[in-house]
Amino acid sequence: MTTLMETGSLHYYLAMIWFVLWGVLWAIYFVLDGFDLGVGTLLPFLARSDADKRAMLNSTGPFWDGNEVWLIAAGGVTFAAFPYAYAQMFSGLYLALMLLLFTLIVRGVSFEFRSKVESPSWRKVWDTAHAVCSFLPALLLGVAFANIFQGIPLDETGFSQAGLFGLLNPYGIAGGILFVTIFMMHGALWLCIRTTGELKARAESVATKLWPGVVILTVLFLAYTAMSTQLFANYLVYPVLFVILLLPVAGLVLMRTYLGAGKYWMAWASSGLYIGGTALFGVVGIFPAIIPSSPNPANSLTIMNSASSLLTLEIMLGVALIFVPIVIGYQSWVYKRFATAMSEDDMHY
Amino acid sequence: MDVLMLSRLQFAAATMFHFIFVPLTLGLSVLIACMETAYVRTGNEVYRKMAKFWGKLFLVNFALGVVTGITLEFQFGTNWSRYSMYVGDIFGSLLAIEATAAFFLESTFIGVWHFGWDKLSPKAHAITAWLVAGASNLSAIWILIANGFMQNPVGYVLRNGRAELTDFWAVITNKYAWLEFFHVVPASLLLAGFFIVGISSWHLLRKSNTEFFQKSFNLGISVALVFALFTAAEGHIHGNNLSDTQPAKLAAMESHWETQKNAPMYLLLIPGEDGNVLQTLPLPGVLSFLAYNDFNAEVKGLYDFPKEDRPPVVLSFLSFRLMVGLGTLFILLAGFGFLVRNKLDNYPRLLKVLPFCIPLPYFAIWAGWTLTEVGRQPWIVYGLMRTSDAVSPVRAGEVGFTLVLMTILYALLGAIGIWLMVKLAKKGPEDNTPIQA
Repeated sequence: MTTLMETGSLHYYLAMIWFVLWGVLWAIYFVLDGFDLGVGTLLPFLARSDADKRAMLNSTGPFWDGNEVWLIAAGGVTFAAFPYAYAQMFSGLYLALMLLLFTLIVRGVSFEFRSKVESPSWRKVWDTAHAVCSFLPALLLGVAFANIFQGIPLDETGFSQAGLFGLLNPYGIAGGILFVTIFMMHGALWLCIRTTGELKARAESVATKLWPGVVILTVLFLAYTAMSTQLFANYLVYPVLFVILLLPVAGLVLMRTYLGAGKYWMAWASSGLYIGGTALFGVVGIFPAIIPSSPNPANSLTIMNSASSLLTLEIMLGVALIFVPIVIGYQSWVYKRFATAMSEDDMHY
Repeated sequence: MDVLMLSRLQFAAATMFHFIFVPLTLGLSVLIACMETAYVRTGNEVYRKMAKFWGKLFLVNFALGVVTGITLEFQFGTNWSRYSMYVGDIFGSLLAIEATAAFFLESTFIGVWHFGWDKLSPKAHAITAWLVAGASNLSAIWILIANGFMQNPVGYVLRNGRAELTDFWAVITNKYAWLEFFHVVPASLLLAGFFIVGISSWHLLRKSNTEFFQKSFNLGISVALVFALFTAAEGHIHGNNLSDTQPAKLAAMESHWETQKNAPMYLLLIPGEDGNVLQTLPLPGVLSFLAYNDFNAEVKGLYDFPKEDRPPVVLSFLSFRLMVGLGTLFILLAGFGFLVRNKLDNYPRLLKVLPFCIPLPYFAIWAGWTLTEVGRQPWIVYGLMRTSDAVSPVRAGEVGFTLVLMTILYALLGAIGIWLMVKLAKKGPEDNTPIQA
């Protein structure tokens, strides 16, 4: 892989800005899709009746579609700003990505299909599909990103020979378990906001019980990261960066505090802070690589050898600066308008 | 089979399946927005009922369209990584703009539209319908600009071993892309028109909800007629443009082999991959006219392209014939339906036939895309990169495995989706409340 820019040039600084934006977009995706994947995963554990299941599906109903577009945007931005990283990441993780896509497809239609036919066995099929296809993306995303944080074996052309089973190493699996657990927590807090009665009480109790698990997993994962990855290297060079670690830690403390105080919106926002902070912690750790290579760091796909041209980065920055705030604006309006405790009128699926 | 062939099949399967749902989304979203506007303007409840009924069918279709679209964006990376590296500087940015500027809007407001019937004022709800319709079609613009670059690459320079953007304006004003847009979107409106007409006919024949379905029929048939004419006329301009941009595709779709002036069109022609098996009954100069609006113009034949630069001829030829034949049928059918729209009781046979015409515009659109994509071969980016150089270095076994899995999954979901839509369509608009648990 050849270098496409001089360190310190305008091109380099733009690529750096894009690296940050790239990380932020993925973080937003995890925060947003995280809770609806979590609610889906919790479906078999929390719902006791058909009404409960409908309530859980409808709690994320108006939002999941818009949330999933953040995945398209994060993927699209990887393609636009770092096309080499996009090409290698997606072809190198071929089977894992295809599996992720198939599960997201089944999950998406399960919302629409489930309540269209009044038959318990029909609904059971789609409820099961929904739960499995919410759990698997959470797991796969965790596995994939843990592997990226750890470094993927890349050859000198930047291509990965890891394969699906190469990704299922202990650290990758640890990342998957962490993602699934925190998404379930995030989803349970969401249910506290939107559901009422017994279902809400159950969601609250699940969130309370999950919290110590999240704390223990976080500590173990950080220790594992320190032992088996280079993720702390940037932090040791620039200790001021450790501030970023305060985000997930604060999120962790606050989500429990607010949950205890019955302030569910704040608790949910805190678990969002935890997820976003954890993603940023990893992204800052791999800089300047987008896909770090391990064991051969020289083969890493970095902002220097995989970015788009200066002109494309400039145009895309303009597009992002205009449209991302607009998107955040109208999506916030939708959340404000529609994310209230539900009544029977809100059951459209 | 090798990775290249498997990846091409995978792309064809993913795209064609995705494109079962996209045209209805593009066309019907606009028509539903019109219905809601009519409701806001007149206060006539029947328009609100129409928007709700057609909207319910729209939502099932939309869900399938969205989820299958994710595969498409990621497939460039998974299966065509060398392509993504070579033109990602331009192509990737177009897809990213589509997501940020259009797809977000569409996907966010479809949720608002779906869940907002009781929470928003009729006017605000109609605005969300227009946002969904506008964003869907805006999305089509960016996707077609991306495809336009593959058909007729402009605004780039070869640098650092890849195509790098030099002129963004040239890319977004690419004539090829805009000709595609003004063909695809009208074709989608035509398809939505026939969709509404077909379902309305089924109900009119059974005399159920006559006022509701007569209004729907009139809207559908007018839209179908206008856009059948528009699509055909625009198609002619599109064909003209091919003589400048992709002469090999033009020659292949007409199976035209010898470069000549006053080139004829043969009424009876059996194409082959190395020359026509049979050609007779020539109409002198007609091909020259179709390509250049001039009976004496010279049209380049396939023999003048090296064999390795020729697209598959038979498939291009047949898909072009299928598209044009169906397009002609749509004009006749919509024209007749429009003329008799207010005395349909006298034409029960028409009402019986029209529901079976719903699939025809789908076939025409598939044929059109087959011609567009197969006719561009052997290039993935015309004249710039060959399809065989574009494929990912992945294992054939993995592609084969996911291709089989994808085909089964898509067939299953497609069948269920269509079954559900038929069920909802037959049930009619009576029931406005969602099924209770």
